[in-house]
Amino acid sequence: MSTKKEEHPLKKVCIICAKGSIEDVYATLVMANGAVMEGIEAKVFFTFFGLDAITKKQMNKLHTSTVGNPAMRMPGGLPFPTLLGTLPGIEAGVSAMMKKQMEALDMPPVDEFLDMITAGGGEIYACKLAADMFKLEKKDLCDHVIDIITIGAFYELAGGENTQIIFT
Amino acid sequence: MATKNYAGVAIDVNDEGYLTDPAQWTKEVAAELAKEEEIELTDKHYEVLQFLREETAKGSPLTIRKVGKSGIVDIKGLYELFPGGPLKKSSRIAGIDKPSSCV
Repeated sequence: MSTKKEEHPLKKVCIICAKGSIEDVYATLVMANGAVMEGIEAKVFFTFFGLDAITKKQMNKLHTSTVGNPAMRMPGGLPFPTLLGTLPGIEAGVSAMMKKQMEALDMPPVDEFLDMITAGGGEIYACKLAADMFKLEKKDLCDHVIDIITIGAFYELAGGENTQIIFT
Repeated sequence: MATKNYAGVAIDVNDEGYLTDPAQWTKEVAAELAKEEEIELTDKHYEVLQFLREETAKGSPLTIRKVGKSGIVDIKGLYELFPGGPLKKSSRIAGIDKPSSCV
């Protein structure tokens, strides 16, 4: 048996984003943008709370949860008490700080990030079931959304060799 | 590290084909590097390469967002100039290090 490892470079990634917190949405956006920057086809499917990332009214107002997140730290590294996270304004403050730190690393706001991904040929889709559930129509969604489709239709787009589906 | 012949000059490159000494870069070397990526360089390409080299010399990390805001080309245009690797290919052709940013 040959010991030479055969490499099959990725050709396509299909990313499903079901959550609407800053970190979940940005994980999706960074992966999608990173793919198109490497010449890998990227298709993104936003569903459930992930729809906030492509809903005009919400997309640039995402928050990160300050409750029940054991990895959350105070500036300086001390643990962030969950009770503190429940106080009014704390979540907004922490979210604003995260966005500021990301901006310093040249991570754009959500709308601009979607501009970048689609400029590179990435495709954005919304989940029909979730859109129906949240009573959202195409006009409520960002213009980069190609269509509101079923998961079945998304799987049809996910065919082909060396394709991966990633769920964030 | 290896040496490769570009435009009649021996150039130091690393395993991935990136120049290890940006000072060895010339426009002629760029044209040959571009050929390896199947890109024919135009004035617009050179403007982008110059921008990348200047920013790198300043020590600021490169992102496609930064290039998009340079006023030279927008991000869509950057993808058109360097298909399949807007920052990776352009950095290699510009004779600078492989980009280390994720955006």
